[in-house]
Amino acid sequence: MELLLVFLIGVLYAAGVYLILRRSMVRLLLGIMLLGNGTNLLIFLLGNIVKGKPPIIKADLKVFEEIYADPVPQALILTAIVISFGLNSFAIVLLKRVYALVSSDDLDDLNTPEEEDL
Amino acid sequence: MIDNSIIATVLVHLFTAIIQLFFWKKPGPQRILSIIGAAIGFLFALSLFIKVYNGEILKMNAANWDAPFGIVFVADLFSSTLVLLTSIAALAVSLFSSVGVGKPRMRYGYFPIFHFLIMGLNGAFLTGDIFNLYVWFEVIIISSFVLLTLGGRKEQLEGAVKYMALNILASTLFLTGIGILYGITGTLNMADLSIKIPLVQDQSIVNLTAMFFLLGFGIKSAVFPLYFWLPSSYHTPPSAVAAIFGGLLTKVGLYALFRVFTLIFIPNEFMRSVLMIMAILTILTGAFGAIVKHDIRRLFSYLIVCHIGFIVGGLGLYTKIAFMGAIFYLIHDIMVKTNLFLISGVIRKMRDTLDTPKLGGLYSEYPKISLLMALVLFSLVGIPPLSGFWPKIYLFEAAFKANNYFFIGSLILASFITLYVIAKIWAEVFWKETSAEEPPTDNFKELTLVRKTLFLLPVGMLAMVTLFIGLNAEFVIQVVDRIANEMLNTAPYVQAVLGK
Repeated sequence: MELLLVFLIGVLYAAGVYLILRRSMVRLLLGIMLLGNGTNLLIFLLGNIVKGKPPIIKADLKVFEEIYADPVPQALILTAIVISFGLNSFAIVLLKRVYALVSSDDLDDLNTPEEEDL
Repeated sequence: MIDNSIIATVLVHLFTAIIQLFFWKKPGPQRILSIIGAAIGFLFALSLFIKVYNGEILKMNAANWDAPFGIVFVADLFSSTLVLLTSIAALAVSLFSSVGVGKPRMRYGYFPIFHFLIMGLNGAFLTGDIFNLYVWFEVIIISSFVLLTLGGRKEQLEGAVKYMALNILASTLFLTGIGILYGITGTLNMADLSIKIPLVQDQSIVNLTAMFFLLGFGIKSAVFPLYFWLPSSYHTPPSAVAAIFGGLLTKVGLYALFRVFTLIFIPNEFMRSVLMIMAILTILTGAFGAIVKHDIRRLFSYLIVCHIGFIVGGLGLYTKIAFMGAIFYLIHDIMVKTNLFLISGVIRKMRDTLDTPKLGGLYSEYPKISLLMALVLFSLVGIPPLSGFWPKIYLFEAAFKANNYFFIGSLILASFITLYVIAKIWAEVFWKETSAEEPPTDNFKELTLVRKTLFLLPVGMLAMVTLFIGLNAEFVIQVVDRIANEMLNTAPYVQAVLGK
């Protein structure tokens, strides 16, 4: 399971970086989203993925004696997901407005020449 | 020592913003609320600074969970100084916005978002938890996105795409770093991290994580290879927004760099030289960029980049004197850069353009206001005894002691270029005669006295603070001396947070 996640994270990061490097605005947006998901999975992976080991100490013990599923990363991911949801929805609306104004999907068309550059 | 009032500066701006939301589309009450909120925030920040200056490091445990298990807010001298400067800048910009921002922008939520932004800045300076820092950064960037795009002009949106993409990327890198950091240490509290990081067996993964933080904060503070979003977006929003962006947004990235690289990752020889090279190239590219620009605000944007290099260089030298110089420069820079963009707003009101070839004649028309602006421009250049002069002495001294002549050379070159650029602005904007055939449109003269005062009061206020920093440098040096000590000896910080 962990090995599978490692590969998945690698693929998500690679795909995200590749898409960000493209000139299309939609690909930029998708790249940002994939990178965000890759990061969330990375945090999830680092919180010890084990089956059926809740972080509850047995009544007769004082400390944990074996590996348990750490709940903190899951709380972090939840926060990160909510934040990236907000940011991504803003980004989508922004790109839609830009497309309506510039009528181009190419990031290189975003440099309206100003007087001094002419 | 536990003191729950340190969070007050954050809460004031939160409640101001929420109350303003009840006055949606009513610019009148929102303006008054904004000024009142900013003034109260300033008073709280001042009392926090005095408390920390006279006493010890204060902290607050959120929901009374002890560190390192809960989120802590910590006010050491570095944090509280920056909170104080933020509040001064916020008050000035709030006064300026009440006349300097158009009614349509105010109707669609300019003021509430502005206060959410200030709340985010204060929170980022005060938090003692690395993930909480990430959350505050997100509060800052989402508010800054809205402020940058509010108005929806084509240039604004084009600038915003670049700003948005790079800032989200920076946050993702920062979050990746946090994830790995939690994976190797199992804690998020910065003080606890500073104890646990040296105990990690495999230091190479620690260095790798440090690189994620360097990249993430580097994008946010606009250092050399990562600064391109700044000059292409900062000239597009209204001057009031540009003032708060130029004064504070890049500085919060610098604050995070200083905090993380003095408390958590102590940079090794390689890391220091990386920081040094970045600093030198930032100084040079910023300075050369400023030479070729005509538009005042674009020019100032490049000067921001240039002077960020000074501060990063102070971090790269990593000695007490270098820290003192860098922090002093940071204090000076926040006040002056905020003021520069406010001044560009006043000039725009007077001439309806910011392109230097079309400007002119301000000195003959407004001699007193011009002299006020000259004071700020001279402080930026660092003419003694104004505020830009003192930190440079410390930076030179630190660089000489480290035999880093490249840094000294670039400091001198950048200072000369700043002087040249400011002299050019002075000659073109203030001294040059205006062309007789087409007299410039002056929207400033027709304003009522109250509005004129509201335009000039914040500029004068910040100029006075700059003058205070310059003439009362001894006090500021005492403050930065203590901050530099806090950075080199983090034991009191750790003890104050963890209580052991």
